[in-house]
Amino acid sequence: MLHFADLLQYSDVFFSGLLTTVELTVLTTILGIAVGTSCASIRQYGNKTSQRVVSIYVELIRNTPFIVQLFFIFFGLPALGVRLSPWEASMIALTINLGAYSTEIIRAGLASISKGQIEAAKVLGLTFRQTLTRVIFIPAFEKIYPALVSQCIIVMLGSAVISQISVEDLTYAANLVQSRNFRAFESYLVTAALYLGLSILLRFAFNSIGKRLFVYREAP
Amino acid sequence: MALVNLDQVHKYYGDLHVLKGIDLKINKGEVVSVIGRSGSGKSTLLRCMNGLEQYQEGGIVVDGKEVTTEDIQVRQLAMSVGMIFQNFNLFPHMTVGENIMLAPTIVLKKPKYEAERIARAMLEKVGLGEKFDSYPEKLSGGQQQRVAIARALAMNPKVLLCDEITSALDPELVGEVLKVLEQLAKEGMTLILVTHEMNFARDVGNRVVFMHQGKVWEEGDSNTLLSNPQTDELKQFIGAVL
Repeated sequence: MLHFADLLQYSDVFFSGLLTTVELTVLTTILGIAVGTSCASIRQYGNKTSQRVVSIYVELIRNTPFIVQLFFIFFGLPALGVRLSPWEASMIALTINLGAYSTEIIRAGLASISKGQIEAAKVLGLTFRQTLTRVIFIPAFEKIYPALVSQCIIVMLGSAVISQISVEDLTYAANLVQSRNFRAFESYLVTAALYLGLSILLRFAFNSIGKRLFVYREAP
Repeated sequence: MALVNLDQVHKYYGDLHVLKGIDLKINKGEVVSVIGRSGSGKSTLLRCMNGLEQYQEGGIVVDGKEVTTEDIQVRQLAMSVGMIFQNFNLFPHMTVGENIMLAPTIVLKKPKYEAERIARAMLEKVGLGEKFDSYPEKLSGGQQQRVAIARALAMNPKVLLCDEITSALDPELVGEVLKVLEQLAKEGMTLILVTHEMNFARDVGNRVVFMHQGKVWEEGDSNTLLSNPQTDELKQFIGAVL
């Protein structure tokens, strides 16, 4: 017999866990895409030295496990005098992680923009910064939008790991509840369903933003 | 002083000597067609005139401004020199109106209503007044190129550089673009065109510059030059394209 009713008394635990996960997801998605956009622009258009620095960052993050990155920031950095709360460490680790992966994705979008577009902006007198923000970004993002959305969802799901440094997120709530009432099956099933709901919600949010940004694709 | 002055311009791509000492003066109101085989350096020459390509020796002065590829100078030059490309290069995510209004608002810092007034006027001029709210991809190639002309005109340039602007068009669409150019020429706009449209060069252009092997091989009044070429190379070229 399943006993979902046993979870009811812990609904506030689940709710506050859910809230923490949502909060961190929204924040790190925005910051991560900002980092990715900046780094991709540097990697595509910057000078050799800055390109190298960005490459090192991207390869370092993409070739190490997320949990090791998180532990390094939370347990390792205090050795250098940098003490962060679990929440801060998670926020930084998730941002850095999404930043690195989205750099590569966004760069592919930038690479798809023809040189002619940039020249056209140049001969109209736009500065390079104006060219980036007004001319390049929207068509570039349109090309890679589905891949970027998937990556954001992957990072959101991967955030379950931060329960390991006792951030009280959704997974932390699940662990807590099943350790109290031993209803592991019910507890993790509900948690999985909540993550699934979050994924759908995040995808939906991205799609509505995409519809506004790329309105020219659907114009009659 | 002429509007466009080129003085002994040399350009190299690595070891490749593309422009070998070009001297050229173009006055206000002239319509100059630059013709020649592909690889003769004609597009490169045009792209040197507004700072898209750097030349290594000599000097170019346009509208009293020295031309280099320095960002600041290219932006300064954008106020005097418009350019139209073979592939239109309209911004796909902006409507026709937004394409035209972009530079007047963020480069010339004109208020939005003023930029819109200019954009609508320029669109009327190229015969596309009703396309203000359309997106570029909904337009034909000829219409897109006319929008590109309107976009360049909105910056009120003193000279328009046209880099093979009809080469990517279906033959039946070439006429509508040339008609716009002809109208501009009548109004006194200075035009420098890299082109294969010999009829246009003869009928509308004042002067033809024939480029060969990185040099101005022959130049002169368009009627005289095209009907009575002096060098074997130009004779051959005219024979091949007509």
